[in-house]
Amino acid sequence: MRKILSLAVAVTAGLALAGIGQASAQEKLKAAWVYIGPVGDFGWTYQHDQGRKAVEAAFGDKVETTYVESVPEGPDAERVIEQLARAGNKIIFTTSFGYMEPTLKVAKRHPKVFFEHATGYKRDKNLATYNAKFHEGRYVLGQIAAKMSKTGTIGYIASFPIPEVISGINSLMLGAQSVNPDMKIKVVWVNSWFDPAKEADAGKALIDQGADVISQHTDSPAAMQAAEARGVKAFGQASDMITFGPKAQLTSIVDNWGPYYVERVKAAMDGTWKPTDTWAGMKDGEVVMAPYTNMPDDVKAMAQATQAKITSGELNPFKGPIYNQKGELVVKEGEVLADKDILSMNWYVKGIDDKVPGQ
Amino acid sequence: MLDAAILGAVLASVVAAATTLLLASLGELVAERAGTLNLGVEGMMIVGAAVGYATAYSTGSLLLGTLAAILAGVALSLVFAGLAVWLATNQVASGLATTILGLGLAGLIGSGFVGTRIDAAPALRVPGLTDLPVVGPVLFGQDAFVYASILLLIAVAYGLARTRAGLVLRAVGENHAAAHALGHPVRRIRTLAVMFGGACAGLAGAHLSLAYTPFWASDMTAGRGWIALALVVFSAWRPLWLLAGAYLFGAVSILQLHVQGFGLGIPSQLLSSLPYLATIAALVVISALKRGQGAPASLGVPFVPDR
Repeated sequence: MRKILSLAVAVTAGLALAGIGQASAQEKLKAAWVYIGPVGDFGWTYQHDQGRKAVEAAFGDKVETTYVESVPEGPDAERVIEQLARAGNKIIFTTSFGYMEPTLKVAKRHPKVFFEHATGYKRDKNLATYNAKFHEGRYVLGQIAAKMSKTGTIGYIASFPIPEVISGINSLMLGAQSVNPDMKIKVVWVNSWFDPAKEADAGKALIDQGADVISQHTDSPAAMQAAEARGVKAFGQASDMITFGPKAQLTSIVDNWGPYYVERVKAAMDGTWKPTDTWAGMKDGEVVMAPYTNMPDDVKAMAQATQAKITSGELNPFKGPIYNQKGELVVKEGEVLADKDILSMNWYVKGIDDKVPGQ
Repeated sequence: MLDAAILGAVLASVVAAATTLLLASLGELVAERAGTLNLGVEGMMIVGAAVGYATAYSTGSLLLGTLAAILAGVALSLVFAGLAVWLATNQVASGLATTILGLGLAGLIGSGFVGTRIDAAPALRVPGLTDLPVVGPVLFGQDAFVYASILLLIAVAYGLARTRAGLVLRAVGENHAAAHALGHPVRRIRTLAVMFGGACAGLAGAHLSLAYTPFWASDMTAGRGWIALALVVFSAWRPLWLLAGAYLFGAVSILQLHVQGFGLGIPSQLLSSLPYLATIAALVVISALKRGQGAPASLGVPFVPDR
């Protein structure tokens, strides 16, 4: 029912946008964004919308931006994207993994429109992909967690078993093991990107089971609040969530999409746009760490040093030797895992008790 | 695997999770017993959450926030009542429209409050009692919304079964033409029932944004209004079964998270669906045991008085 409703809202919004599009002046470059959640989620979608606002700030009158929020993945998304393409948008950003096939389909039908799909791997003549190396930040989180945890157990609130989340869990675990090889991690899947009450419940369940550092791969600050209320530590996600956990937050991985969006809109204006595959991280300023708080100075220094090493390229979280859960050597000593293997990751590193869902 | 302190904490979480659903579904139950199917619960809930949070944040008073949430739920329910009761429009369509309107309004009202926080509604603490193992945190460590939901349940159960007003309300829901012929103001009674439903949905929204996860984010009800609606149907329109359904749903929702934490290797997708499956199964069994007690006969049928 909820899907049908969202669809109704999305389609209505799409139609409204189409109407607006035909009435407006043509010389402005029109850019559109398709969001999985509400811009008010204070997480994933909120940060993409901050990026959209950065585009508006950078180009002023030369650009006209629109967005459609809370668009369900799948066929509903295709209709929304199609509407945006027909409405005269020159460049369309679709910002969730599940928009991959719909974006590809619509891109084929509108060869003159530039499409950009976040977190996917399928490209076309007019379809670029982009993503951020969040796992770089999670390695730092793992190290901090290993230093800060008294129980030796990290709690991880996971959304969906897709490569981005699996590689996030692995990277955090590898970071933790680099400090303390005996660290444990408890993973709870909530099968949702955004359901604050459920995220809070998951956080409480993990704390009740002995986790004293909570990491989340979902989008609301609810888990941070749960950690604050129960007196344990936590990491924020997507936005700096320090207001929700003044005593709990250690740091937060902040998604900073603004620079990329400005660059791509400019390319669309200049006619230099190409179907690139961008996977930026700390080095490019796309993965930013919120201030390190609520930790001793030596832990902070360690985190900063690791961050600097990742930024300079000296340290790669997926550097061998890495063993999988069965104890098989996956990455040899001295080698690093190829990007494509991180982007399609569906296995856990050694030491994680959970099973990858669906396997 | 579970010691007393953890068991107490888990059960307290179950009660808290069930409370939002119980509040919203109690209101809907009353509206439906009067013959109006209001699919606007989700919308009234989210508006309650938004207005409640905005008011509490602006005034610093959780009580004012809660009252504002209730009023907001009532205000939106009046939109529905105006359409469905007085203009006799299709109730399903009017309810859906109310939800869509509510989601939009809530996003608008809340847009200035994204990223802010307030202190959660305090939990009751009774020295001595709250520290009892297991029952302490469950019975004596909850926030006011939890106790309000139980009081409301008792009031609704008693009111529907034992009072004259309850009898009239049920009569309107069963056969509005007969009730009208007897001189009962059908539309006024239905409007009041829908308003009660709006108040309860608003209160449920306030529970989310003021106590459960005390902040504002769009869509934070995440479909709980629909679950509340389903619970009313599965409870066969009986308040006590509704209580059972809401608590069962809350229990399975929380326990599946714990099962995952223990790493038993059960697919998480299956576990996530368990609250729905378990609640449906249990309430279907209950309904089957008590045959012949289905929906109010006039449910969803618009009433147009003949003059």
